[in-house]
Amino acid sequence: MTLPGFPEAAPLAGLAGGVLIGLAAAVMLLGLGRIAGVSGLAAKAVGLGGSGIARSGAWMFVIGLPLGALIVVLAAGGLEASFASPVTLAIAGLVVGIGTRLGSGCTSGHGVCGVSRLSGRSIVATLTFMATGIATVAIMNALGLEVL
Amino acid sequence: MRTALTSLVSGVLFGAGLALGGMTDPARVRGFLDIFGDWDPTLAFVMGGAVIVMAIAWRIVPRLAEPIFAGEFHLPTKSDLTPRLIGGAALFGIGWGIAGLCPGPGIAALVIEPAAAAIFVVAMLAGMAVVRLFEGASS
Repeated sequence: MTLPGFPEAAPLAGLAGGVLIGLAAAVMLLGLGRIAGVSGLAAKAVGLGGSGIARSGAWMFVIGLPLGALIVVLAAGGLEASFASPVTLAIAGLVVGIGTRLGSGCTSGHGVCGVSRLSGRSIVATLTFMATGIATVAIMNALGLEVL
Repeated sequence: MRTALTSLVSGVLFGAGLALGGMTDPARVRGFLDIFGDWDPTLAFVMGGAVIVMAIAWRIVPRLAEPIFAGEFHLPTKSDLTPRLIGGAALFGIGWGIAGLCPGPGIAALVIEPAAAAIFVVAMLAGMAVVRLFEGASS
Protein backbone atom coordinates (compact mmCIF):
# COMPACT_ATOMS: atom_id res chain seq x y z
CA MET A 1 0.00 0.00 0.00
CA THR A 2 1.23 3.48 -0.77
CA LEU A 3 0.21 6.83 0.59
CA PRO A 4 -1.35 9.28 -1.89
CA GLY A 5 1.21 11.97 -2.67
CA PHE A 6 4.07 10.03 -1.06
CA PRO A 7 5.07 7.22 -3.42
CA GLU A 8 8.19 6.42 -1.36
CA ALA A 9 6.33 5.96 1.93
CA ALA A 10 5.62 2.52 3.39
CA PRO A 11 2.82 3.27 5.86
CA LEU A 12 1.72 -0.31 6.57
CA ALA A 13 5.23 -1.68 7.06
CA GLY A 14 5.96 1.39 9.19
CA LEU A 15 2.89 0.83 11.35
CA ALA A 16 3.63 -2.90 11.71
CA GLY A 17 7.24 -2.13 12.64
CA GLY A 18 6.04 0.47 15.12
CA VAL A 19 3.64 -2.00 16.75
CA LEU A 20 6.53 -4.47 17.15
CA ILE A 21 8.68 -1.76 18.72
CA GLY A 22 5.79 -0.89 21.04
CA LEU A 23 5.42 -4.55 22.01
CA ALA A 24 9.17 -4.75 22.65
CA ALA A 25 9.00 -1.74 24.96
CA ALA A 26 5.87 -3.18 26.63
CA VAL A 27 7.69 -6.47 27.33
CA MET A 28 10.47 -4.50 29.00
CA LEU A 29 8.03 -2.30 30.95
CA LEU A 30 5.52 -4.92 32.11
CA GLY A 31 8.02 -7.78 32.31
CA LEU A 32 10.94 -6.08 34.05
CA GLY A 33 9.51 -2.74 35.10
CA ARG A 34 12.05 -0.81 33.05
CA ILE A 35 12.27 1.60 30.13
CA ALA A 36 13.43 0.12 26.80
CA GLY A 37 15.81 2.97 26.03
CA VAL A 38 18.45 1.79 23.58
CA SER A 39 21.09 4.41 24.41
CA GLY A 40 20.81 3.73 28.15
CA LEU A 41 20.88 -0.05 27.69
CA ALA A 42 23.84 0.14 25.28
CA ALA A 43 25.74 2.34 27.73
CA LYS A 44 24.97 -0.09 30.54
CA ALA A 45 26.12 -3.07 28.49
CA VAL A 46 29.58 -1.63 27.92
CA GLY A 47 29.94 -0.27 31.45
CA LEU A 48 29.34 3.42 30.73
CA GLY A 49 26.53 4.03 33.21
CA GLY A 50 23.01 4.06 31.84
CA SER A 51 20.09 1.91 32.88
CA GLY A 52 19.95 0.24 36.31
CA ILE A 53 19.26 -3.17 34.78
CA ALA A 54 21.75 -6.03 35.32
CA ARG A 55 24.56 -5.80 32.77
CA SER A 56 23.75 -9.26 31.41
CA GLY A 57 20.17 -8.11 30.76
CA ALA A 58 21.42 -4.99 28.95
CA TRP A 59 23.69 -7.17 26.79
CA MET A 60 20.83 -9.53 25.92
CA PHE A 61 18.67 -6.61 24.80
CA VAL A 62 21.50 -5.11 22.71
CA ILE A 63 22.30 -8.49 21.11
CA GLY A 64 18.60 -8.96 20.41
CA LEU A 65 18.48 -5.86 18.18
CA PRO A 66 20.59 -7.25 15.29
CA LEU A 67 19.05 -10.71 15.79
CA GLY A 68 15.57 -9.26 15.32
CA ALA A 69 16.70 -7.30 12.29
CA LEU A 70 18.30 -10.46 10.89
CA ILE A 71 14.96 -12.29 11.05
CA VAL A 72 13.38 -9.55 8.94
CA VAL A 73 16.33 -9.51 6.52
CA LEU A 74 16.07 -13.28 6.02
CA ALA A 75 12.27 -13.22 5.72
CA ALA A 76 12.35 -10.34 3.25
CA GLY A 77 15.33 -11.72 1.31
CA GLY A 78 17.47 -8.66 1.98
CA LEU A 79 16.73 -5.07 2.97
CA GLU A 80 17.40 -1.85 1.14
CA ALA A 81 19.73 0.50 3.00
CA SER A 82 22.25 3.16 2.09
CA PHE A 83 24.82 4.42 4.56
CA ALA A 84 27.00 7.51 4.82
CA SER A 85 30.78 7.44 4.36
CA PRO A 86 32.96 6.18 7.25
CA VAL A 87 34.02 9.70 8.26
CA THR A 88 30.43 10.94 8.28
CA LEU A 89 29.30 7.90 10.25
CA ALA A 90 32.06 8.44 12.80
CA ILE A 91 31.18 12.11 13.31
CA ALA A 92 27.46 11.33 13.54
CA GLY A 93 28.05 8.46 15.96
CA LEU A 94 30.20 10.60 18.23
CA VAL A 95 27.58 13.36 18.36
CA VAL A 96 24.77 10.84 18.94
CA GLY A 97 26.73 9.21 21.77
CA ILE A 98 27.44 12.51 23.54
CA GLY A 99 23.91 13.84 22.96
CA THR A 100 22.06 10.76 24.17
CA ARG A 101 24.03 10.57 27.41
CA LEU A 102 23.63 14.27 28.16
CA GLY A 103 19.98 14.20 27.13
CA SER A 104 19.28 10.97 29.05
CA GLY A 105 17.82 9.12 26.09
CA CYS A 106 17.10 8.82 22.41
CA THR A 107 14.27 8.02 20.04
CA SER A 108 13.28 4.91 22.00
CA GLY A 109 13.50 6.03 25.62
CA HIS A 110 12.18 9.56 25.10
CA GLY A 111 10.38 9.24 21.75
CA VAL A 112 8.49 6.00 22.35
CA CYS A 113 8.48 5.23 26.09
CA GLY A 114 8.45 8.78 27.45
CA VAL A 115 6.06 10.35 24.97
CA SER A 116 3.53 7.53 25.47
CA ARG A 117 3.79 8.14 29.24
CA LEU A 118 3.18 11.85 28.59
CA SER A 119 6.45 12.68 30.36
CA GLY A 120 7.15 16.40 30.07
CA ARG A 121 10.91 15.86 29.87
CA SER A 122 10.54 13.29 27.11
CA ILE A 123 8.10 15.37 25.09
CA VAL A 124 10.48 18.36 25.27
CA ALA A 125 13.47 16.15 24.40
CA THR A 126 11.62 14.56 21.47
CA LEU A 127 10.47 17.90 20.06
CA THR A 128 14.05 19.18 20.46
CA PHE A 129 15.82 16.32 18.66
CA MET A 130 13.18 16.27 15.92
CA ALA A 131 13.69 20.01 15.40
CA THR A 132 17.49 19.83 15.28
CA GLY A 133 17.35 16.69 13.10
CA ILE A 134 15.07 18.46 10.63
CA ALA A 135 17.26 21.58 10.71
CA THR A 136 20.43 19.52 10.18
CA VAL A 137 19.04 17.79 7.09
CA ALA A 138 17.67 21.09 5.74
CA ILE A 139 21.01 22.87 6.21
CA MET A 140 22.99 20.00 4.71
CA ASN A 141 20.66 19.95 1.71
CA ALA A 142 20.93 23.72 1.32
CA LEU A 143 24.73 23.38 1.32
CA GLY A 144 24.53 20.58 -1.22
CA LEU A 145 26.04 18.03 1.17
CA GLU A 146 24.99 14.62 -0.12
CA VAL A 147 25.89 12.01 2.50
CA LEU A 148 24.08 8.86 1.41
CA MET B 1 17.81 -15.75 33.94
CA ARG B 2 14.31 -14.31 33.62
CA THR B 3 15.83 -10.84 33.24
CA ALA B 4 18.16 -12.05 30.49
CA LEU B 5 15.44 -13.91 28.58
CA THR B 6 12.89 -11.09 28.86
CA SER B 7 15.52 -8.59 27.71
CA LEU B 8 16.42 -10.79 24.75
CA VAL B 9 12.78 -11.11 23.69
CA SER B 10 12.38 -7.34 23.98
CA GLY B 11 15.54 -6.71 21.97
CA VAL B 12 14.60 -9.15 19.21
CA LEU B 13 11.11 -7.65 18.87
CA PHE B 14 12.63 -4.18 18.88
CA GLY B 15 15.20 -5.00 16.21
CA ALA B 16 12.60 -6.72 14.03
CA GLY B 17 10.31 -3.71 14.35
CA LEU B 18 13.10 -1.31 13.38
CA ALA B 19 13.98 -3.35 10.28
CA LEU B 20 10.36 -3.93 9.26
CA GLY B 21 9.54 -0.25 9.71
CA GLY B 22 12.45 0.76 7.47
CA MET B 23 14.36 2.48 10.25
CA THR B 24 17.55 0.55 9.49
CA ASP B 25 17.73 2.44 6.18
CA PRO B 26 19.29 5.86 6.86
CA ALA B 27 17.83 7.15 3.58
CA ARG B 28 14.33 6.59 4.93
CA VAL B 29 15.09 8.25 8.26
CA ARG B 30 16.68 11.28 6.58
CA GLY B 31 13.71 11.31 4.21
CA PHE B 32 11.44 11.73 7.23
CA LEU B 33 13.53 14.60 8.57
CA ASP B 34 13.57 16.25 5.12
CA ILE B 35 10.23 18.02 5.60
CA PHE B 36 11.28 20.90 3.33
CA GLY B 37 12.23 18.52 0.52
CA ASP B 38 11.02 15.11 -0.61
CA TRP B 39 9.29 14.16 2.65
CA ASP B 40 8.85 10.47 3.53
CA PRO B 41 6.27 10.17 6.35
CA THR B 42 6.97 6.46 7.09
CA LEU B 43 8.72 7.15 10.41
CA ALA B 44 5.58 8.91 11.67
CA PHE B 45 3.71 5.61 11.25
CA VAL B 46 6.47 3.76 13.09
CA MET B 47 6.37 6.23 15.98
CA GLY B 48 2.57 6.23 15.96
CA GLY B 49 2.31 2.45 16.12
CA ALA B 50 4.88 2.20 18.89
CA VAL B 51 3.38 5.02 20.97
CA ILE B 52 -0.17 3.57 20.73
CA VAL B 53 0.95 0.15 21.98
CA MET B 54 3.03 1.70 24.75
CA ALA B 55 0.21 4.05 25.80
CA ILE B 56 -1.85 0.89 26.48
CA ALA B 57 1.08 -0.68 28.35
CA TRP B 58 1.38 2.40 30.59
CA ARG B 59 -2.31 2.02 31.52
CA ILE B 60 -1.64 -1.55 32.65
CA VAL B 61 1.27 -0.54 34.93
CA PRO B 62 -0.89 0.85 37.79
CA ARG B 63 -2.84 -2.43 37.89
CA LEU B 64 0.33 -4.42 38.54
CA ALA B 65 1.73 -4.56 42.06
CA GLU B 66 5.08 -5.46 40.52
CA PRO B 67 6.46 -6.33 37.07
CA ILE B 68 5.66 -9.84 35.83
CA PHE B 69 9.28 -11.07 35.94
CA ALA B 70 10.92 -8.68 38.43
CA GLY B 71 10.49 -7.44 41.98
CA GLU B 72 9.69 -3.81 41.41
CA PHE B 73 9.30 -1.05 38.84
CA HIS B 74 12.31 1.17 38.12
CA LEU B 75 10.87 4.11 36.25
CA PRO B 76 12.26 7.60 35.65
CA THR B 77 11.04 10.09 38.25
CA LYS B 78 12.74 13.31 37.10
CA SER B 79 10.45 16.05 35.87
CA ASP B 80 12.77 19.06 35.62
CA LEU B 81 13.59 20.58 32.24
CA THR B 82 17.32 21.26 32.40
CA PRO B 83 19.74 22.84 29.90
CA ARG B 84 21.54 19.49 29.95
CA LEU B 85 18.40 17.63 28.80
CA ILE B 86 17.62 20.11 26.06
CA GLY B 87 21.23 20.59 24.96
CA GLY B 88 21.80 16.84 24.88
CA ALA B 89 18.62 16.22 22.90
CA ALA B 90 19.61 19.02 20.48
CA LEU B 91 23.03 17.42 19.94
CA PHE B 92 21.50 14.00 19.49
CA GLY B 93 19.15 15.37 16.81
CA ILE B 94 22.09 16.87 14.93
CA GLY B 95 23.93 13.54 14.91
CA TRP B 96 20.72 11.76 13.92
CA GLY B 97 20.23 14.13 11.00
CA ILE B 98 23.83 13.90 9.76
CA ALA B 99 23.83 10.16 9.05
CA GLY B 100 20.18 9.14 9.53
CA LEU B 101 20.99 6.76 12.37
CA CYS B 102 20.02 6.69 16.03
CA PRO B 103 21.26 4.12 18.57
CA GLY B 104 18.71 1.33 17.94
CA PRO B 105 18.92 1.24 14.14
CA GLY B 106 22.69 1.72 14.32
CA ILE B 107 23.07 -1.47 16.39
CA ALA B 108 20.40 -3.40 14.44
CA ALA B 109 22.10 -2.47 11.14
CA LEU B 110 25.16 -4.50 12.19
CA VAL B 111 23.55 -7.39 10.28
CA ILE B 112 22.65 -5.24 7.26
CA GLU B 113 25.82 -3.24 6.56
CA PRO B 114 28.29 -4.52 9.20
CA ALA B 115 31.26 -2.25 8.52
CA ALA B 116 29.27 0.98 8.26
CA ALA B 117 27.11 0.18 11.31
CA ALA B 118 30.17 -0.83 13.34
CA ILE B 119 31.85 2.53 12.68
CA PHE B 120 28.71 4.33 13.85
CA VAL B 121 28.30 2.16 16.96
CA VAL B 122 31.95 2.40 18.03
CA ALA B 123 31.90 6.19 17.55
CA MET B 124 28.66 6.36 19.53
CA LEU B 125 30.16 4.40 22.41
CA ALA B 126 33.21 6.69 22.27
CA GLY B 127 30.88 9.68 22.57
CA MET B 128 29.22 8.09 25.59
CA ALA B 129 32.67 7.44 27.08
CA VAL B 130 33.56 11.12 26.60
CA VAL B 131 30.54 12.17 28.68
CA ARG B 132 31.40 9.57 31.29
CA LEU B 133 35.00 10.83 31.41
CA PHE B 134 33.99 14.44 32.00
CA GLU B 135 31.46 13.54 34.64
CA GLY B 136 33.54 10.98 36.47
CA ALA B 137 32.06 7.59 37.22
CA SER B 138 29.38 9.05 39.47
CA SER B 139 26.41 8.96 37.10
